[in-house]
Amino acid sequence: MSATPAPTSLREGGDPALSQAVDLSHRPRPGEKVIRALLAACGVMSILTTAGIVLTLAFEAFEFFREVPVWSFVTGTNWSALIEPKAYGVLPLVSGTLMIGVLSAIVGVPLGVSTAIYLREYASPRVRNRLKPTLEVLAGIPTVVLGYFALTFVTETVLRPLFGDRIDFYNGLSAGLVVGIMIVPIIASVSEDAMAAVPRSLREGAFGLGASRMTTSLRVVLPAAMSGIAASVVLGLSRAVGETMIVAIAAGSSPRLTANPLRSIQTLTGYIVQASLGDTPQTSLEYKGVFAVGLVLFLMTLALNVASIRLVRKFRQAY
Amino acid sequence: MATRLSPTELRCSDTLRTKDRAFRWVLLAGATTTIAILLVLVADIVRDGAGRLSPEFFTSYASRFASRAGLRAPLLGTLWLMGLCSVLTVPLGVGAAIYLEEFAPSNRWTRLIETNIANLAGVPSIVYGLLGLGLFVRGLNLGKVVLAGALTLSLLVLPIVIIASREALRAVPGAIRDGAMALGATRWQAVRYEVLPAAIPGVMTGTILALSRAIGETAPLITLGAFTFVAFDPRGPFDTFTAIPIQILGWAIRPQEAFHEIAAAASIVLLVVLLGMNAFAIWLRNRYRREW
Repeated sequence: MSATPAPTSLREGGDPALSQAVDLSHRPRPGEKVIRALLAACGVMSILTTAGIVLTLAFEAFEFFREVPVWSFVTGTNWSALIEPKAYGVLPLVSGTLMIGVLSAIVGVPLGVSTAIYLREYASPRVRNRLKPTLEVLAGIPTVVLGYFALTFVTETVLRPLFGDRIDFYNGLSAGLVVGIMIVPIIASVSEDAMAAVPRSLREGAFGLGASRMTTSLRVVLPAAMSGIAASVVLGLSRAVGETMIVAIAAGSSPRLTANPLRSIQTLTGYIVQASLGDTPQTSLEYKGVFAVGLVLFLMTLALNVASIRLVRKFRQAY
Repeated sequence: MATRLSPTELRCSDTLRTKDRAFRWVLLAGATTTIAILLVLVADIVRDGAGRLSPEFFTSYASRFASRAGLRAPLLGTLWLMGLCSVLTVPLGVGAAIYLEEFAPSNRWTRLIETNIANLAGVPSIVYGLLGLGLFVRGLNLGKVVLAGALTLSLLVLPIVIIASREALRAVPGAIRDGAMALGATRWQAVRYEVLPAAIPGVMTGTILALSRAIGETAPLITLGAFTFVAFDPRGPFDTFTAIPIQILGWAIRPQEAFHEIAAAASIVLLVVLLGMNAFAIWLRNRYRREW
């Protein structure tokens, strides 16, 4: 997570003059240079990956935008790439994605933050040592299984009896709820890190003034860790926006501009899956459209990730 | 910011204590809700699918008939993917981590690589799928083969391996390196014979977690075009393939109830493998947590 360099590594260890003085071996070591270069090449791979992502998306999206004007893509309110009459307005997909983001935040933020407060401020070491690994293990449940759960259990057993006919078989609500559960471990873990960075003296000061544990948590620790908690929320949102299988299985494939979570919707990721399941030829506009949609998704999550990384840096420097 | 406490409140702190106790219960409820829901999920899937788990389920191929369909091809596909993926990811990831942690000068280039890795860790997996489709399947003309899938998954989990390995290397104190170099070891020798062995448990933990992520990934493989009917054993890196998560999706989106049962049965298999790997990694981390 952190990008701060370690205080104790070779490159900073000790007095430079001294390490020069004790470097008695002047034997040239070509092998050392080769190894160093190989290791550096591994590091550069990450840059190549990013370049690969950007170029692939940009290249195919550029082809797409030669046929569909960017402006009508960005402002169009009708998306119908796979059935006639074709329309390429991305707003319904963006609105579906945002709906999932909002629903998952409504579920994930309170659960995640309360889990973090409990683990950090209340739980005894014994409880924490059980609860935390359990949460970490369960965070490994694959999203395709979560999607199946959203469709068969959450929609069928929980939501249908509640809403009856008003809720579609595929709907935004069940997908949003389950995506919210999915992001709880991420939010809890980053928030807990942020709260762990709050110095003990602040808590003891509050206790010394007669504050209860609750007052200390809510009025002292929470505000002090706010930038880190905000970072965890933004990171959770980014995961929710990029989440694919849960929405592809449970949210449906009807791109529509609606604020009603009971209806079937489609997200950016959902469209990419739908188009990939069929066999779209490489030259078709649908195929290129997948990359244009991917570009929008990439830019959205990039903005959220950059915001989250910035916020994390801010709280790391605070104390 | 803080509530001002009047002397009366200090004396009769009973209300405060009651509130505090109530708050504790609210938090505990929040902390356990997620776990409870996920346990419901596991129970639901076991109830749906446990009846379908039989030896034949692992040895037969996919079929148009739910009663005969099995997990053989996706099981082998997943094994191939994981084998290739670990061979590709571990050296690259650990190499990059060693470079950044032990050799890299702290300059703009290094910071660029570091920020870039942090960003890559947050790129949605389906975007990696698009990269794989554009670069490996179409660009290098590999087609929808095991190798293309493994390359894509490798790039996807590489940031996780790098970040975890760096943390493991960072936990090894500088005195170990200084000691080795004081005895005349070169930097690489110090890393190779002292630092790396000490960091191995942490590196392994990160690698297992990364691989378990790769096993569960569905979206990037679907984007590659691996959603196909496979009723033969994949025998090498250039065969077409399917994988367990893809097969789960394929069965889950069919309307017939019987296919949902085998989707649940396959989910049980996937969950056992994944939760087992995660639990092992977390156990490994706690077991070898070392105070220097």
